[in-house]
Amino acid sequence: MNGPVILDRRSVLAGGGALIVSFSLRGAVAQEAKPQELKPQGPKLPGSLATSPYLDSWIRIDADGRITAFTGKAELGQGFRTAFQQIAAEQLDVPFDAIKVITADTKLTANEGYTSGSHSMQDSGTAILHAAAQVRALLMAEAARRFELPAENLRSENAAVIAPDGRRLGYGELVAADVLHVQAQPTSPLKDPQSFKVMGQPVPRVDIPAKVTGGAAYVQDMRLPGMVHARVVRPPSYGAELMEFDAAAVEKMPGVIRIVRDGNFLAVVAEKEFSAVKAMHALAAAAKWRESAKLPNQNDLPNVLTRLPSQDFAILSRSDPSVTGTRRLEATYTRPYQSHGSIGPSCAVAQFADGAMTVWTHTQGVYPDRQAIAEMLGMPQPSVRLIHVEGSGCYGHNGADDAAADAALIARALPGRPVRVQWMREQEHGWEPYGPAMVTKLSAALDEAGRIADWNFAVWSNTHSMRPGGAGSLLAAQHIAKPFAVPAPKPLPLPEGGGDRNAIPIYNFPNAHVMHHFIPAMPLRISAMRALGAYHNVFSLESFMDELAGLAGADPVEFRLKHLDDQRGRDVVEKAAQEFGWSRDRKAAQNRGQNLGYGFAFARYKNLAAYCAIASEVEVDRETGRARLVRAVAAVDAGQVVNPDGITNQIEGAIVQSTSWTLYESVAFDDTRITSIDWQTYPILRFNSVPDSIKVHIINRPGQPFLGSGETGQGPAAASVANAIAHATGKRLRNLPLSRKRIKDAIDA
Amino acid sequence: MAGQLRIITGIAAVVLVAGAAAGFAVAWRPSIAAISPPQPDTFDPAMVKRGRDLAAIGNCNTCHTTQGGANYAGGLPVPTPFGTIFSSNITPDAATGIGGWPEAAFVRAMRSGVSRDGRQLYPTFPYDHFTNVSEADDRALYAFLMTRQPVQASPPANQLSFPFNYRPLIAGWKLLYFHGRDVPSNEAKGAEWNRGAYLVEGLAHCGACHTPRNALGAERVNAQFSGGQVDNWHAYALNDTSHAPVRWTADALYAYLRHGWQADHGTARGPMAEVVDNLASVPDNDVRAIAAYMADISGAPAPDGKSGADAVAQSSPADAAQAAPAGAAIYAAACASCHESGRPLPYGGINLARSTAVTSPDPRNLINIVLAGVGAVEGERGPIMPGFAASIDDTQMVALLNYLRARFGKRPAWDDLDKTVREARAAQAVSLAARDVPAESSQRGKP
Amino acid sequence: MITLKVNGQDHQVDADPDTPLLYVLRNDLELNAAKFGCGLGQCGSCTVIVDGQAVLSCVTPLLLLEGKQVTTLEGLGTVAAPAPIQRAFMEEQAAQCGYCIAGMMMRAQALLMRNSKPTDAQIRAELEPNLCRCGTHMRILRAVHRAARLMDTADAAGDRSIR
Repeated sequence: MNGPVILDRRSVLAGGGALIVSFSLRGAVAQEAKPQELKPQGPKLPGSLATSPYLDSWIRIDADGRITAFTGKAELGQGFRTAFQQIAAEQLDVPFDAIKVITADTKLTANEGYTSGSHSMQDSGTAILHAAAQVRALLMAEAARRFELPAENLRSENAAVIAPDGRRLGYGELVAADVLHVQAQPTSPLKDPQSFKVMGQPVPRVDIPAKVTGGAAYVQDMRLPGMVHARVVRPPSYGAELMEFDAAAVEKMPGVIRIVRDGNFLAVVAEKEFSAVKAMHALAAAAKWRESAKLPNQNDLPNVLTRLPSQDFAILSRSDPSVTGTRRLEATYTRPYQSHGSIGPSCAVAQFADGAMTVWTHTQGVYPDRQAIAEMLGMPQPSVRLIHVEGSGCYGHNGADDAAADAALIARALPGRPVRVQWMREQEHGWEPYGPAMVTKLSAALDEAGRIADWNFAVWSNTHSMRPGGAGSLLAAQHIAKPFAVPAPKPLPLPEGGGDRNAIPIYNFPNAHVMHHFIPAMPLRISAMRALGAYHNVFSLESFMDELAGLAGADPVEFRLKHLDDQRGRDVVEKAAQEFGWSRDRKAAQNRGQNLGYGFAFARYKNLAAYCAIASEVEVDRETGRARLVRAVAAVDAGQVVNPDGITNQIEGAIVQSTSWTLYESVAFDDTRITSIDWQTYPILRFNSVPDSIKVHIINRPGQPFLGSGETGQGPAAASVANAIAHATGKRLRNLPLSRKRIKDAIDA
Repeated sequence: MAGQLRIITGIAAVVLVAGAAAGFAVAWRPSIAAISPPQPDTFDPAMVKRGRDLAAIGNCNTCHTTQGGANYAGGLPVPTPFGTIFSSNITPDAATGIGGWPEAAFVRAMRSGVSRDGRQLYPTFPYDHFTNVSEADDRALYAFLMTRQPVQASPPANQLSFPFNYRPLIAGWKLLYFHGRDVPSNEAKGAEWNRGAYLVEGLAHCGACHTPRNALGAERVNAQFSGGQVDNWHAYALNDTSHAPVRWTADALYAYLRHGWQADHGTARGPMAEVVDNLASVPDNDVRAIAAYMADISGAPAPDGKSGADAVAQSSPADAAQAAPAGAAIYAAACASCHESGRPLPYGGINLARSTAVTSPDPRNLINIVLAGVGAVEGERGPIMPGFAASIDDTQMVALLNYLRARFGKRPAWDDLDKTVREARAAQAVSLAARDVPAESSQRGKP
Repeated sequence: MITLKVNGQDHQVDADPDTPLLYVLRNDLELNAAKFGCGLGQCGSCTVIVDGQAVLSCVTPLLLLEGKQVTTLEGLGTVAAPAPIQRAFMEEQAAQCGYCIAGMMMRAQALLMRNSKPTDAQIRAELEPNLCRCGTHMRILRAVHRAARLMDTADAAGDRSIR
């Protein structure tokens, strides 16, 4: 099916003469040209300018002075829409409120791939930083030309360039030429951090007022004229085939418009949402499925995983024969499958009109998801537009892309009518791609001086990304009569890695060997979940550091510092310890029948993003095994700080969320079906176990590159809590989650 | 209610004073000298472990731990018709707990309801059952409690009116009602049954809730297990007067006690939820023994072997709806989506035709559950049911109850539902208002 | 047609009596705040206030609401004229994705209406039915404390209208 190309808004407007810049590349392809085609000669451009080098891909100034910043990243609740606005305002020398930020939209913004891996600040924030600085320089140059004065005599202020004699030209007046449609330069006239007025400030988030007053804030809140509601009937288990279903009775239900069936894809559309829900239940009850899934034994995952065929990669091999260890320790750590568990089930709105498909979605990657949906529908990509609208927090690849595909497939069956699909709770929990189960085996030896002489780390894991690109990643495309095959999984390349993310120690060990056993077979549907393999690898590595510190008779903080050369790493470790009141001879304590323990952990996310150290105080009830994080103190270095409260919010959230993963969470399943399908069966942290206090200390690094901080807390929080539990109980727990029963069994053993 | 209580109080005073006079000889018990708290490592770990299991069977933590409070540190208010009694601190704290108690004092308290210092203990401490516990088990319990963390905490003073605040009167009560009942034993029934009898009549003290009490708070021996009450809940009859729509079997009882739910009977809630949470960690044999004995108490399963769905005949929805149309609509809109979802227990709602709450002569449990629902257990898988207290008014509640009773209970309508609903709501409001600390999950949490 | 009182106004709603309040609020009345989270009464995203008490609108059919007053987050205030609870959540920046926040605010509001000076423990106990996945709990707690103080100040100034 070939539809017309959706015209780029700028080319349309440019034709009307309203725009201030003209384009050498017209149409949607302006944003989609392959990186190599646009890559300028010379040094690599900063951030995402490397792949989208035109300044007007990032900053647009209209003749009336309106300023827009564009990002190809999706706001997921991390607050970077506000941070980007701060960056652009700062570097353009305009008030914060003068800028509007437009996020991921295949018609309007650059292709920045996925919003993932704590890359938004590094990629998009850096691009906006440099683009804004270069735009300001261009405007200054243009003003200098018009004023007939040297640019260095001019200053910019409040969206205008001002001459020493008081003459001023507004930015809107200055851009009446093609000045912004130029490729970025490798270096930018960045402002001196000392002079920052907006960057570095805890500017209140722009999205919060609507969210606390009932404004439309989410894709779930969209109501388009003529919109209808759809619900999907998912199979009861992976690979189940729809044998028969009785459509007649359901079609007669009030308000039902259509039943859409394509192979094993089954959905119902109704005028009203609750009618769709009722019809979905009726349809589900009437559908007969043949199930064939054979899920592994959930109580034997370590053996299941390590026995699957693997591709083995030695990712670190460092030897110094002059150093040998004497006292040796070995340990195995495991992590179960875990759910993203978004509070709002995935949702999308799609409309198929005049041969073009538009999908409003909370996907993390509008371009790759567009590619997948276009392939599924057999439409050319330019005929499909994906617009990011916020959804509930996702923390990785949840059902967002699948819901977008569902909506598109159903909307194609009802041309003209906008179709809203929201998943039910059970569908989100049952069908989202989980964070993969993992196994790590560690061994190490200490030398006579109590230093780690020899370190061995092996990790078994699936890939950590089955995100779309190809249609086969989408549930709907897997379920239709002519299904698309699930793409072959690939290990994610280092240095960022996937299952081996943070498997390479940041510490300085003379002998160190790290193996990545990549397991292609995926017994459960899995994909990216916040921090990917780093969550379990840091949990393992930092737990084992404590075990070795114990063997060495050393204080855990001193033991880490003894092996850590990276100065910025040392700084966060020392800061967290100091602010926590860590003392070398801290003793596990007892308080009103609770055992109190103290734990510490540290990591630099991916060994290249933000640094994070966390000290924890945990109470453990010896009678029930219940553990609760009482107090946490974190120190974080995320490079140049744009919005300190945004970083604090991310780290606080990471600590609470990771504590929930670590203490409570595991996906449950029987031989055939996923059985953890709601909050009864997949419990997460509730208010009765929230810590008494969390303090986050940020070490600002003015002028340094942004280091993504959205995921850096997940691993250290887990290990810090685990180490505190070990301290409180005298028992080391190595299998996640550190459940009440496991703690009690360890205490009683 | 108040008038009735005054009469009971008057009679009780006379009886108890007479009893005390007659029993003065037994009223006085010697103090046993305090010791320094023994070191935890002086106890045999195997004995401590056995004591832990016994403490779980005895449900000690339920009364001796408050919501959010330290384990075994006491202070839980236990309402009685005579006033409120606060549970004691049984941690090994020397000053405020039982740290100074030698083993003999602990055994004496279990056997005869007397404190180390010779004071009489109120029978809210169920020594009428604990007297049946063997000395070996008492010693294991002692070893367990003395190896807990000592917590300094004194319970609030009891709030009892005269004469009940006069402890020597308890001696009179004991003369009247505390006779050290024998544990039934029957060799022919086998070891499991006899073990069950020992646990049920002794440490597990099932009758403390499931047997009705007389005006002076003593269990009515001739009505054993015919249903009692606790904390505004009705403890169902466990003998052959049980109203369970499906007869209990030993296997069903075992599953229920072990896992907290059973497909033909539903999910434990209210005070029973705490009991089954404790039983989740005790040796399997003991749960089986309790189940075997209780199944026998409840009478053999019906000869026609009816069980499960077969036994669950319900009135036609149409007839019931005709009897209570408003209630039918509420059930269909608010209840059926879970209770008729087809999802198996414990995460799907029970088919209400199998629920003893609907067939019971006392509607309070059903009312309590509709009002409060079932809360989440922190960090643990467990059923959740939303409560409807804030959205359903009394009239709607009565309509719903009448419909459920007619359709699923197939019993005559409950009397005085308006009043019972109002009282249940008031009782719940009181307990909510008293909620000053986060729900401590150890109250319901599985260990 | 069913008459439903929401945020002080009567609405004639064309919906079946078994329809959960949540769908009517979101679709018929086009109110965004109450969210679909689970439809099972397990997460609290859909919390609104009915006659002063927090209610899970996803499991509350219309037929229970005859003659009752429903209040949603929209009924408390606006961006321009926020209620104390809204101001407090803005001032504490108490959101990440924010999907759970409207429900949190309504449950907190119901608490503050009957107990203007709740302890930290009471707030935690009250919010227990509501789930947040981003881990914004510390900020939510701070915001509820702040709202209590703001209401207190408003009371002292004799202005009860914004409660």
